[in-house]
Amino acid sequence: RGGMLAAVLLLLTAAGPGPGPVPVRAGRDALREELLLSPLPDGDVAATFQFRTRWDADLQRGAVSHYRLFPKALGQLVAALGVRELHLALTQGFWRTRVWGQPPLQAPAGAELWVWFQPTVTDVDKAWEELSNILSGIFCASLNFIDSTNTVTPTASFKPLGLANGTDHHLLRYAVLPREVVCTENLTPWKKLLPCGSKAGLAVLLKAERLFHSSYHSQAVHIRPICRDASCLAVSWELRQTLTVVFDTFSSGQGKKGKLGSSALWSLSVHSTSLSLPLTLLPTDWSLFKMFSRTLTDACPLASQSKVYVDISPKNKEKELLEVTPPPASVHEAIVQGDKRTYAVYDLLSPSLFNTSRSLNVQLKWKRPQDSSDLPTPILHAQRYVSGYGLQTGEISTLIYNTHPYRAFPVVLLETVPWYLRLYVHTLTIITKGKENKPSYIHYQPAQDRRRPHLLEMLIQLPANSVTKITIQFERALLKWTEYTPDPNHGFYVSSSVLSALVPSVIAMKDVDVDVEQSSLFTSLFPSSDGSSYFVRLYTEPLLVNLPTPDFSMPYNVICLTCTVVAVCYGSFYNLLTRTFHVEEPSRGGLAKRLANIIRKFRGVPPL
Amino acid sequence: VVEGLALLDLGVSPYSGAIFHETPLIIYLFHFLIEYAELVFMITDVLTAVALYLAIQDFNKVVFKKQKLLIELDKYAPDVAELIRTPMEMHYIPLKVALFYLLNPYTVMSCVAKSTCAINNTVIAFFILATIKGSAFLSAVFLALATYQSLYPLTLFAPALLYLLQRQFIPIKLKSKSFWLYTMQYAALYLCSLVVIICLSFFLLNSWDFIPSVYGFILSVPDLTPNIGLFWYFFAEMFEHFSLFFVCVFQINVFFYTIPLAIKLKEHPVFFMFVQIAIISIFKSYPTVGDIALYMAFLPVWSHLYRFLRNIFILSCVLIVCSLLFPVLWHLWIYAGSANSNFYYAITLTFNIGQILLISDYFYAFLRREYYLTHGLHLTRQDGTEAMLVLK
Repeated sequence: RGGMLAAVLLLLTAAGPGPGPVPVRAGRDALREELLLSPLPDGDVAATFQFRTRWDADLQRGAVSHYRLFPKALGQLVAALGVRELHLALTQGFWRTRVWGQPPLQAPAGAELWVWFQPTVTDVDKAWEELSNILSGIFCASLNFIDSTNTVTPTASFKPLGLANGTDHHLLRYAVLPREVVCTENLTPWKKLLPCGSKAGLAVLLKAERLFHSSYHSQAVHIRPICRDASCLAVSWELRQTLTVVFDTFSSGQGKKGKLGSSALWSLSVHSTSLSLPLTLLPTDWSLFKMFSRTLTDACPLASQSKVYVDISPKNKEKELLEVTPPPASVHEAIVQGDKRTYAVYDLLSPSLFNTSRSLNVQLKWKRPQDSSDLPTPILHAQRYVSGYGLQTGEISTLIYNTHPYRAFPVVLLETVPWYLRLYVHTLTIITKGKENKPSYIHYQPAQDRRRPHLLEMLIQLPANSVTKITIQFERALLKWTEYTPDPNHGFYVSSSVLSALVPSVIAMKDVDVDVEQSSLFTSLFPSSDGSSYFVRLYTEPLLVNLPTPDFSMPYNVICLTCTVVAVCYGSFYNLLTRTFHVEEPSRGGLAKRLANIIRKFRGVPPL
Repeated sequence: VVEGLALLDLGVSPYSGAIFHETPLIIYLFHFLIEYAELVFMITDVLTAVALYLAIQDFNKVVFKKQKLLIELDKYAPDVAELIRTPMEMHYIPLKVALFYLLNPYTVMSCVAKSTCAINNTVIAFFILATIKGSAFLSAVFLALATYQSLYPLTLFAPALLYLLQRQFIPIKLKSKSFWLYTMQYAALYLCSLVVIICLSFFLLNSWDFIPSVYGFILSVPDLTPNIGLFWYFFAEMFEHFSLFFVCVFQINVFFYTIPLAIKLKEHPVFFMFVQIAIISIFKSYPTVGDIALYMAFLPVWSHLYRFLRNIFILSCVLIVCSLLFPVLWHLWIYAGSANSNFYYAITLTFNIGQILLISDYFYAFLRREYYLTHGLHLTRQDGTEAMLVLK
């Protein structure tokens, strides 16, 4: 009996979570979690969480019944509907590329869903409809509003990000719901999909009251198949959950405790939203507690890797910009988006981290104010606006900036415009540096009323150091009164247009020796084929357009009045067609006249 | 049309979108003529005016001949001398018709806007010319072209048939064999030319896409862009459940006046044609002012009815005022934002009532003159006092 007890005790201790990393074995799954803190030019800070579950099982073949780290809801979804790749993003706010630099992974405002289906799926539209409804239930978002009027099939823009065997674009569906609002209801089911939930590891920082008090919040789910190892003989499935949030000094509502006193900094920050940066004053210091009102206490026990990266790249070669406390255990250098960047690394799984204090509160202190040489100008950024007056016509203009001094590169522009803004493709003009720029590839699918939206995809060559202006005119349609939203004078949203480009980078990007498994998550988001360029996907602003409205209080009146007009015609013609002219005979008088005559006779008055 | 051509250039079918709803022949025509579009529309207007001029000239001769025949056959009452039309008063009518069409502000607006309605008007004018000249083949061909472009001229088949029968001196009796023979001939000519034109369109663009885009569009009214007609606001405010029912009702409304009018006006097919064109212009699903210009061009032909018109002053005022208010209220709704759609809709209603009453007024005057011609101008009752004439 004692031996059995000892054996049970041994099993219990062996099965408990150990401090060391869990080894990845075939048929097993692994979780890596990562937080990247990057300071932005005007004193804001961007935090990007990535939780990556990799599962060495083939979801498509054979019934998989034992789910461990990979969430069962998503695994069953992928298996049942024949999904090859799924990307869902729920975003609130807009990433200001011109001010904040190129985003690691941007998503358009609202909800965005794009899916590649397996070639075995016969009815892609039906699978798409089922998928959007199921996802709507899983994420508590109104994705069930995705239907044929906002779904398009892009031909050039959304190539698969995972393993792909041929790319028949009829298997791709893309939809955006720009009106979708993201809130705590969407965050909670997203957190539930994480293996540790929000109880341990980096996910303890995800508290809704801090996350939604920000100027940009984007949460996404990406599922794709990847190679199991370097020889790529088998397929693994990867689930990445990313959450990007930008805290800014203004909307975070923190009192300014910078080195120059709170009031002066506060008044300056009110004005500095239009200026690009406060030139002589130090921006606020940030810390994990200040951003999330929590600190990190431990790593997720199920994670094989749990790290916090802080971007401490010196923008200016001589002087250091940022000071990080506690001092990092190691420093990691990587080439991200054409730039050599330095990161301070905190490994939550290393035992030395929590030696001094039980919690980790990374603090970022600015050592010197930023000056103009620190501003990164993104090589590619874009802007879109609608112009025109009145409710009849308008014009959508997109401005694309290529700030690279000497390299030209092509960009694919995808525009999805709802059917009630009737685009006139003969008014499409693309002007670069005052001259007309003809796109090398145009795919235009005009809209059909109440059935599908406009789809315009173009491959445009951007010369070095130039601004390209793309304009197209449209006419606004009058909808049926039931097709308007409850607040019709708010306007109708036009979803963001998508720009995809391979931006040339000065520094060679890919280091052939580095294994994807060992590199940080934020560098392995987009597969890159060669080292001379990196892939960037940008979104422009969504637009808000007003449509002419009928009077909603008038349905009965209108029906009555119009039918009256038709009846007037019918009546006059009926009279003229069925009656003939007669000479009028004097009438003997109706009943009333006779009664009146009888009364008159009694009175003795002459009759009528 | 420019958008359709641009879509063709991009390699996309012009009918895959919801903007282009013209026929393939128009695309083919404008493929070559797009550079000279203004000139094309000016020439079509001139052609319409010339066709109407020649048609009315011939028609006057026919009217005069018929009148002479009826006088000789003693069909007229003795005291109607002032109602008889003389060649002198009819001399300037064709010129007036042509000028009425060319100088009508609606025609000018239509030409400046480069609306394809002008082409439709030209085809119908040529159809009228061919019918009045008596050529059944040409008349069928032009009618097929007009029907091909906008479905509604189908109803002009009846007046054309009646006119041609009258011209051939075939009496319109349902039992008469020659009547049915001629009708079948004319119908066959018409249907064959229609089929030929549709097949030609198929071969131009290699698809049948144009049929739902052109005819399905006219019949099902999906586009609710405001125009001068009655349909757009009606269907914008319609309950979904009844939408199909009312679409059918409105379409039937255009077509079903044909048979009763044919029965009543079988002796006067050209007046029938006038009333039918007017009904089409008022009740078609997407009316434009160019359609109105076409039937208004005929008004000088019935200028001898002036003394019997009851409401002509009010109606002309209504039409003029409404035409002036249309752009004002459109601007207020769409650009200034200080009015709403009801203002524009009200003017639509009033304008259409004005047109309807105008046509029924002319119809009334025509029927009244016919009555006077056969029964005499000075009507007396049984007791010798002056009589009133009523419709009973």
